[in-house]
Amino acid sequence: MAAASVFERVLDYANRADPYPLYRELREKPVWREADGSYVVSRYRDIVALLHDPRLSSRNVGLGGFIHQDPPEHDRIRRILDRHYGPPETPDRIDRMEPDLLEIVTGLIDGFTGRTEIDLVDDFSYPLPVTAICRLLGVPLEDEPRFHAWADAVIDGLGPPAHTPEQARRKATDALAEMGEYFAILIDAHRAVVGEDLLSAIVADASTREGMSRAELTANAALLLIAGHETTVNLITNGMLTLLRHPDMLDRVRREPEFVIRTVEELLRYEPPVHFLLRVALDDVDIAGTTIPADATIHLAVASGSRDPHHVPDPDRFDPDRHDLERIDVDARESQHLGFGGGVHHCFGAPLARLETQLALTELALRLENPRLLADPPPYRPNPVLRGPRHLRIGFDRVRPAEEIGIPRSREAADEAARQLG
Amino acid sequence: MRLVVDLNRCQGYGQCAFAAPGVFRMRGNEGLTYDPNPGDDQRRKVLRAAAACPVRAIVLEHRARGPVVATPPAAAAPDGVERIVIVGASLAGLRAAYALRREGFAGSLTMIGDEPYEPYDRVPLSKQALEGWVPAQRTALPRGRALDADWRLGQPAVGLDRRDKRVLLADGERVPFDRLLIATGVRAQPWPNRDEAALDGVYTVRDRDDAVGLRERLAATPGHVLVIGAGFIGSEVASVCRELGLPVTVVDRGPAPLAGALGAAIGRIAAEMHRDAGVDLRCETSVHALEGDAHGHLRRARLSDGSTLDVDVAVAALGSRRNVEWLEGSGLAAGRWGVACDSGCRAFDVNGLVTDDIFVAGDVARFPHPVYDYQLMALEHWGNAVDQAGIAAHNMISLAPDRWPHLTLPVFWSTQFGTEIKSIGVPTFADEIVVTQGSTADRRFVAAYGRHGRITAAVTFDHGMWLEFYGRLIERAAPFPPRLRTVDEPPTRQPVPAEIREAPPIHATVALTGHEPSERRAVLLHGG
Ligand SMILES: Cc1cc2nc3c(=O)[nH]c(=O)nc-3n(C[C@H](O)[C@H](O)[C@H](O)COP(=O)(O)OP(=O)(O)OC[C@H]3O[C@@H](n4cnc5c(N)ncnc54)[C@H](O)[C@@H]3O)c2cc1C
Ligand code: HEM
Ligand code: SF4
Repeated sequence: MAAASVFERVLDYANRADPYPLYRELREKPVWREADGSYVVSRYRDIVALLHDPRLSSRNVGLGGFIHQDPPEHDRIRRILDRHYGPPETPDRIDRMEPDLLEIVTGLIDGFTGRTEIDLVDDFSYPLPVTAICRLLGVPLEDEPRFHAWADAVIDGLGPPAHTPEQARRKATDALAEMGEYFAILIDAHRAVVGEDLLSAIVADASTREGMSRAELTANAALLLIAGHETTVNLITNGMLTLLRHPDMLDRVRREPEFVIRTVEELLRYEPPVHFLLRVALDDVDIAGTTIPADATIHLAVASGSRDPHHVPDPDRFDPDRHDLERIDVDARESQHLGFGGGVHHCFGAPLARLETQLALTELALRLENPRLLADPPPYRPNPVLRGPRHLRIGFDRVRPAEEIGIPRSREAADEAARQLG
Repeated sequence: MRLVVDLNRCQGYGQCAFAAPGVFRMRGNEGLTYDPNPGDDQRRKVLRAAAACPVRAIVLEHRARGPVVATPPAAAAPDGVERIVIVGASLAGLRAAYALRREGFAGSLTMIGDEPYEPYDRVPLSKQALEGWVPAQRTALPRGRALDADWRLGQPAVGLDRRDKRVLLADGERVPFDRLLIATGVRAQPWPNRDEAALDGVYTVRDRDDAVGLRERLAATPGHVLVIGAGFIGSEVASVCRELGLPVTVVDRGPAPLAGALGAAIGRIAAEMHRDAGVDLRCETSVHALEGDAHGHLRRARLSDGSTLDVDVAVAALGSRRNVEWLEGSGLAAGRWGVACDSGCRAFDVNGLVTDDIFVAGDVARFPHPVYDYQLMALEHWGNAVDQAGIAAHNMISLAPDRWPHLTLPVFWSTQFGTEIKSIGVPTFADEIVVTQGSTADRRFVAAYGRHGRITAAVTFDHGMWLEFYGRLIERAAPFPPRLRTVDEPPTRQPVPAEIREAPPIHATVALTGHEPSERRAVLLHGG
């Protein structure tokens, strides 16, 4: 048997805790052909080029909805959903959610009171985005146990196709079908009782109903519910993990109110929740001296690209200040990451995920006294694409009561609190 | 705070508008407008927005604007370059100044500008500033690290003495230089009839004062606005008028809006945009006369189609004239076509000899592009001013082997009628076009331009994310029509004529004197 390729070693669970040395090996060659006929692209520039290459298609694996459709269908649906979600028509829906998100974060941290140890994943990173997406979409939080199971099944089925057992893929398809039924009922309920939420806004709008079939609506509602699950969980968890490994940076999050903005960008570069994107070539595609033939499957190694030394200097260093845009000279702006992908499929939920993570990390930093990792490295989930810890045990001396740092409060009060701490 | 968005880089992801909706606003699906000088209360949101931009298009002001600490020069600068003078304190001039400091130039820097304002961005003047969202007075460009420059604002340069290496100012001062950068840009072509142009209500849009005046007039809800010329600026003005609910007539001599820049085939799509927005568009029509009342207020326009329009505002958007008069007699190859230079931004003298101490950048420059048959071209686009400024600055302080050529493919954008129009390459350098992606009926498409079997340009309407891909095809001299299997293929990919009208050539009258090679010289009698 041939030796395992670098890509296969990345997929091997034994390397889940630290795939980055393997990515360095992967970048030694820009394009790799795997035994199953698929290709792996490892460098930043090439990945960015391919994300904007119209010869690549996203029509592949099972997740329904526009994430796996191409233009024009993709664009049509994304624009319809955007109408009630973001600019130009609804520019401030996410901005207006900030107090709400802060309240969810505060409530979760309040819940740690009296404890000196938590599992960040189960106690915080998971419930936060789930509560947030439920509020945004208008999905009852009581149904969480049901869609938690569906989401797990779907995500398990999302590995690289050739490396994902048939059974896992079937379970994912079944879960999606069940979610579709669930949303069909929910959408009728929203039609009857119109709320402030996104689904209500979509079903109440005659033009969206015309632009999208009922099946499309349910599939995409399911997509929105799932897409933000594992990903945001991992960003928050990786965030605390990384900050606890770099206590000086944690301290700066605590003391400098704007530092968290850079921190979240650096996390998306340095410890991103999504490691690979999948595409299919519609035509022969020349890239970095290799011709990828039509119909080939392509793995874009985005987590590797974000650490490409030809793109960012000293890529293996966690350095939020590289995103300090008030210090970067206009011609030296190249520190951007591939954490949310790029091109037409650039993450739909990015504005929400960023805001949640910024608030989450700030509040954790301000309120946990003397936090520390109880296990490093933590145990990881099996999935190599949506990579993240299954648990993250954190110990601390005490939870500062919200009032101590001025909650309930405005953002300005939080800054003031941070200044006093500093 | 101050910021500027490089809208060539921007791909319309809207992440900024999510994060700071009070500062960034999407127009349609991809067009972005913004407040260049938002209040400090927006600071956190602006920082979030800038960090969230997937393509780093948002440029913020440098936090450390203290005195410049000269960084050691990256490469050895030529000896004797101690004084650099930049004439034209706008986009190209400012960018060049920062680039000089960034590259380690520690000598004296003098910025000469005839406008009394700090350098500002012109782009918003025909968009958010006319609309009234952002006052034209608030488009100052962000500052980088401290420049430590000697600013002469409100001071026109009136002459150039090349032998003495001095720039002459209107107040009689003679400013010496070792290296000079000419970045005096262009001005609006005025309405040709002087008396009519002087009527109250007749405007052009080039500088801040123009935009302040026109905005005031539009805010007073005039009865009817006439836009003369349907190029980019005329079309943008018409678009704003419709957004404000003002009745507007657009008159253009050509077959369609934007036909001069993009060809009539694409221009007809732009014409539909005008008409759908409620513009009274009259192509192949010209304005014979503007008429005023006894008080000198504009009242009427007489058109070549025989009609008379009652109008109280007319915007002449007739193109531009290069600001080269101050170079008369300097012996540089400067005329109506601009100031000719090589691809390293070094100016040519009248003999066609390249100079070594005088550089040119921005709208005023005319340079050869190898991809386009080495033809000399002038590009009045934001991106070109920025790129050339960087190249010129670098070359001014580099030794010959370290100099860079300006080889970027031209790019520009225009935001109008809720649509983002973008271009890469030179669309006028083409015979045919083919729609390669999307649908012209939806006004979301990519059109590739070609000549002699190779692709020379691409234009997108609300499809900016794909532009770089086509840029790479142009760079590789890929065949036209491109035969690619892609997403969103239109039903047919049959090239059609681009319908580009050759721009009339600009003639220069030159006489030759002397006989021996050592004494043979050119004399510029008439610069076009
Ligand atoms: C209303 C408007 C909208 C635009 N929108 C777009 C757009 O959407 N996309 C795009 O790509 N481009 C756009 N542009 C073009 C873009 O703004 C220009 O390409 C850019 O300003 C060029 O910069 P520059 O520094 O070369 O020239 P300019 O900005 O013209 O600056 C030249 C400066 O030199 C000064 N000057 C002239 N003569 C003298 C003298 N003798 N002495 C001292 N100073 C002198 C001038 O007053 C001026 O301040 C727009 C332009 C305008 C006017
Ligand atoms: C930190 C958290 C998140 C990360 C790292 C992330 C990452 C990504 C990436 C990399 C893509 C591109 C996929 C591709 O190109 O194939 C994507 C797409 C998408 N994401 Fe996210 N995501 C996050 C959170 C969210 C949230 C909260 C939502 C829902 C509100 C969401 C909804 C989507 C959707 C719908 C798409 C498909 C977009 C399209 O195809 O146009 N994501 N995401
Ligand atoms: S690309 Fe950047 S600047 Fe342009 S709209 Fe998106 S976030 Fe804003």
